[in-house]
Amino acid sequence: MGLNAQNITNEELFYGHKACGGCGAALSIRLVMKVLGKRTFAIVPPNCMSTVAFIYPSMTFGCSGAITTFAGTAAFESGVEAGAKALGLTDYTVVGFAGDGGTADIGLQSLSGAIDRGDRIMYICYDNEAYMNTGVQTSGLTPYGAKTTTSPAGDRLPGNTKPKKNVFEIVAAHDIPYAATASLGYPEDLLNKVAKAKATDGPSYIHIFAPCPTGWGCASELTVDIAKKAVDSGLWYLAEYENHEYTLNRNPKQFSDVRDYLKKQGRFAHLKDKDIEEICSIRDAIWAQMRKHWNCK
Amino acid sequence: MNKPLPVEFVPPKKLADYPLGPCCPSAHIVGINAGMRTFRPVIDHDKCVHCLRCFLVCPEGTIDKSEDQLQIDLNYCKGCGVCAHECKVGAITLVKETEA
Amino acid sequence: MSEKMFICGDEAVALGAKLARPQVIAAYPITPQTIVVERLSDYVEDGSLDAQYLHVESEHSAITASIGAASVGARTFTATSSQGLLYMAEGLYYASGGRLPIVMMDANRSLALPWNIYGDQRDSLSQLEAGWIQLYAEDAQEALDLTIQAYKIAEDPEVMLPVMVCLDGFVLTHTYEVVEIPEQDKVDAFIPYQKYANRMDLEHPMSNCVTAGPDYNMELHYQQHLATIKAGEKLEAADKEYGKLFGRTYGGMIETYRTEDADAVIVTLGSVAGTTRCVVDKMRDEGKKVGLLRIRCMRPFPVQEIVDALKGVKAVGVLEKDVDHGFEGVVYTNVNSALMRAADKPATFSFIAGLGGRSILKSDIENCFAKLLRQAAGTPQSPTVEFVKLGCE
Repeated sequence: MGLNAQNITNEELFYGHKACGGCGAALSIRLVMKVLGKRTFAIVPPNCMSTVAFIYPSMTFGCSGAITTFAGTAAFESGVEAGAKALGLTDYTVVGFAGDGGTADIGLQSLSGAIDRGDRIMYICYDNEAYMNTGVQTSGLTPYGAKTTTSPAGDRLPGNTKPKKNVFEIVAAHDIPYAATASLGYPEDLLNKVAKAKATDGPSYIHIFAPCPTGWGCASELTVDIAKKAVDSGLWYLAEYENHEYTLNRNPKQFSDVRDYLKKQGRFAHLKDKDIEEICSIRDAIWAQMRKHWNCK
Repeated sequence: MNKPLPVEFVPPKKLADYPLGPCCPSAHIVGINAGMRTFRPVIDHDKCVHCLRCFLVCPEGTIDKSEDQLQIDLNYCKGCGVCAHECKVGAITLVKETEA
Repeated sequence: MSEKMFICGDEAVALGAKLARPQVIAAYPITPQTIVVERLSDYVEDGSLDAQYLHVESEHSAITASIGAASVGARTFTATSSQGLLYMAEGLYYASGGRLPIVMMDANRSLALPWNIYGDQRDSLSQLEAGWIQLYAEDAQEALDLTIQAYKIAEDPEVMLPVMVCLDGFVLTHTYEVVEIPEQDKVDAFIPYQKYANRMDLEHPMSNCVTAGPDYNMELHYQQHLATIKAGEKLEAADKEYGKLFGRTYGGMIETYRTEDADAVIVTLGSVAGTTRCVVDKMRDEGKKVGLLRIRCMRPFPVQEIVDALKGVKAVGVLEKDVDHGFEGVVYTNVNSALMRAADKPATFSFIAGLGGRSILKSDIENCFAKLLRQAAGTPQSPTVEFVKLGCE
């Protein structure tokens, strides 16, 4: 029996934040903190979450926390971990909460360094597929066809022209002790992956698919629903890397219609049939590889 | 109590009252966040089956599960509607604040 | 008993750092700082230094990890140079604004472009506004002593600011001298570890390095400004206490040499002060009234000390391995600004020298003094900003 709504703590350790209604990033942090508990150092680079959580004199985290340099989330964590170890602290977790840009783009170097050193840090990427804090600009994790303020859609371009950078496998390629992908559409799966990461004696990484209603142009009540649809339609996947092996946690025989996912969001409203075909072909290529090489349930 | 209560914050008058650099005790919330709410979630406790899905997926963490009946902290609920949308038994309805 | 060793400046810094017992070291190698990180790695390996050593993947991560370590209250050391210091720039402001008492050695080296690994002071001087206490050593012994004293100043509850110990690349970092090594127990007593008031803690959770909007921002900067000024007094006090314990004192933020009745004084910093001192002696023997003012601390800036020390001097030249293109030497800018507070402002000149590691010879310094003496004798001199010993017209 894993963690679920019934047995997870009632205590809130990310409370009173100023995020938009329906914020997937905030829900990600809230759920992760429920597993990690108070004996945690939460390190957040400049992003929406540090903006809504750390404005003097309003402090949202129930544990110790800090804003780090944008490029240095993992390095800051390494420093905290080294300092805490040197000071003889025990029974604690060092966690970082960075967005997709903070992870896949500007923060990738320090993330790689920390994993390579084997530092006992947890790194959470909440992926809302664009630079939301600065007003929805395209990042390395913006999917093909998404319209952002720097990947406009028009007669010449379908919005963003590149698929998502494969950060999960980049991280796993370090032979990290534990890495996983998750989605807010499957919150119990997320909780249990966080519990695994917490128990990992070394670096761990969890990549959470976390919708942003404001940036995606969808209704705020759809945050969890849409995150589930992303998984069910195959545009996101639930997987783990541990013991040097990849495992696909969910391997549906048939995907739900991507249109059910895409058409609920303003950022995809412009897509033509051929763009949707392209999205499906990118998806199918990724799944073919995963199904061929990974353990499948 | 499963969450911090808002504190009465008096801005420092003297320089010596400021923290050493930009730091502050954690779980220190000043003011409430309900101002942005247009719709208020209302739980029909007769319909509620206590599955706690709403508690789990609330982005704010405003739903307290410790009592027999779920309680929503309306000081921090922004009315996003995730709870109502995710409720499998339709026990939560969103009521316009002006009509509530 | 203290022992004497024949070591280079980098080794002296490494030994100073080791004696200070940092709990965390995060560093990335760069010439001419490398020997520091190599020796510290050796000390951690052989068990003579009980520290967490983070072999980070960049200077940006070196300073960010140092900030992380200091934010939980760990005594932290790092070292860099040149491009590395610039790559850290964002973190420098973070560390000072966060009031985190990190100690860092900077091996003063030229900045690209043109690429150049040799010593000048453009790297650290470009970061004067970063909010760090900036100290400049004249020789390896002072570099060691300053590295220890840096923790005394940085961790003082009234200061709580990072300190940069600067020493000239190659001229000091790679040059061997006899250096006296202080005893560990005395160093321990001089800089006992104490918990930082702003540390992130498990028992009393603290949010650190947070945002302060327009309502609270200026006050925090004012607080930091006052703490930085306070560090000047603390440097002097640390030097005195150190002198009692170890028998070596250097003075406070400045050191003067034969300035009392001088007509012309050269103001400089770092190793070139030693050469200048020799020139002063020679010219004094010739009956010329010249003197030296060595700046040991660029931040906080010794405004009143400089005004007082240069009282009655007729011509002042600032000799520095730096140029603020299109303007003048930045140390000159600072000295000039200080002298605006003087009752009788002397004539001042900016001598740009030693860029990219070009040697500054005694004859070069003599020429600078000659210009100052002509000015002092009543013949106006120009230009105000002079590139010393240019190889072309």
